[in-house]
Amino acid sequence: MVIDTEGLTFNFGKQTVVKSLSLKVPEGSIYGFLGPNGAGKTTTIKLLLNLLKTQEGSIHIFEQELQSNRINILSQIGSLIEQPAIYLHLSGKENLLNRALLLQVPEKRVNEMLDLVHLTSAAHKKAGQYSLGMKQRLGIALALLSDPKLLILDEPTNGLDPNGIIEVRELLIRLVNQHQKTVFISSHLLAEVERMATHVGIINFGELLFQGSINDLQALNQPQVQIETENTVDVANFLKRNNFTVTEVDDHHIYIPFTSKQNMGEINTLLNQNGYIIYSINKQQKDLEKLFLAITHTA
Amino acid sequence: MGFWSSVLLPLVLCLLLFIGFFNHSEKLSHSPGMILWLQFAGAILGIMGSLILPMLIVFIAYSVNSIEHKADTWKSLFSLPISKLSVYAAKYFYAFFLVLLCLLLFVLFTLGFGNLLGVLKPELKFSEYNVASLLTKVYLKLFLSSLGILSIQFLLSLLFRDFLKPMGIGFVCTITGVILAGNGWTYAYLFPYSHPMLAIKAMEEGLKNNSQPTATPQITIDLFTHEIWVSLAVAVVIFIAGYFIVLKKSVK
Repeated sequence: MVIDTEGLTFNFGKQTVVKSLSLKVPEGSIYGFLGPNGAGKTTTIKLLLNLLKTQEGSIHIFEQELQSNRINILSQIGSLIEQPAIYLHLSGKENLLNRALLLQVPEKRVNEMLDLVHLTSAAHKKAGQYSLGMKQRLGIALALLSDPKLLILDEPTNGLDPNGIIEVRELLIRLVNQHQKTVFISSHLLAEVERMATHVGIINFGELLFQGSINDLQALNQPQVQIETENTVDVANFLKRNNFTVTEVDDHHIYIPFTSKQNMGEINTLLNQNGYIIYSINKQQKDLEKLFLAITHTA
Repeated sequence: MGFWSSVLLPLVLCLLLFIGFFNHSEKLSHSPGMILWLQFAGAILGIMGSLILPMLIVFIAYSVNSIEHKADTWKSLFSLPISKLSVYAAKYFYAFFLVLLCLLLFVLFTLGFGNLLGVLKPELKFSEYNVASLLTKVYLKLFLSSLGILSIQFLLSLLFRDFLKPMGIGFVCTITGVILAGNGWTYAYLFPYSHPMLAIKAMEEGLKNNSQPTATPQITIDLFTHEIWVSLAVAVVIFIAGYFIVLKKSVK
């Protein structure tokens, strides 16, 4: 495990922000750390970086205890927390050079990073004049500068346009696949990490509600039958009278849990025989977005 | 910002004084060289101890820390593989360096402009007396006396994000310090914000006691008086205490 926490708990005054969290982040994974705003994601990340003192529980990174190996561990982590920390009165390149000086990284690496995040043409512009997306990309460049083994990114695609989001996603996948990095990425949007994450942790009100591989998450996902019809309310009532469970009704569709193709055919026949006009009937996977909402709402 | 203020402040003040002396050269032409120098340097030193130096320190301590507050870079500085002591000490010694630089420039500009006046207006007898070593000593004493304030203001600016808190506290304490030192309160030497003023006062008194109208008076500066020791002790204690606060503090 690259990140391994046991019973991690953190209080701000009387309020418990993180509740006995046990994160397990395997090496070479892209771990999507999901939760709505205010769920405790940033607090968890600050604990992982030793910016907040651990109150209860333990944190091991690279199999080493965090407090006692702080500098050794931090030297292998690149991080981006909330909005990127950038000196606005310096140019993008100066920001990177400044950091390179602190980390004793050769200057050549600065130009590589500028290239990597497509900021070479804006390298000499003041960071204060950067757009939100450019600042975010500069923040990612700063995190990658020391070529860390573990990247901890807090909502790195905030403020990026769709193109930028795709670029960041491809960059992260490339880092993991070709350079054996591990990425821990937080987000409040499942759709955003769904396409790259190998592992997912879902947190709400400081509690971990789900943790596992992306396949485990999909396994939780029950398929359902979607029926498109003229008068959804009547049809729903009719099905209920015939002992079917109707999970959702809207203006155009009715949803029933999927059991078998046979069963789907029977529904179709039943409705047709009773004079209801069915436009379409099909099997559907609930999307992960809804699953995410379901997980975070039930708690 | 802090850097330029510590360069421009001595330049502007000395330049203003230079212009003032230049325009009133007739009135000053019968003064002996030493009195002339004392008037020239004293004009700045008088307010230096009471107001300029403490306020300069408030400002420098603020500007060194505010650059990180503004850019929100404390969190990234403290998540780098660098010990917290290095970050803290590096910041502190930069502020320390700026104060030193500023006072050094005061010495250089005072000497430079004084000698320039002597050349441009030969009736001003600046060349009669060499003030360099005396002036250096005075400023060195001022510098040492200000270190207590520097440590306190540095810590305040590190802890508070806004300008008003360290500025307000610094301002109130400076005024208090001036009143305490000005009224000759016995224990004023225990209050760091009184130290620069005390340093100046000690020099002025030394001047009064010694100056006889006839002979060229001798001015001796006693560098390590008790307020200097207190100032140094406060500086060291607060610096160390500040480190432990930084160590314990959570970075928001």
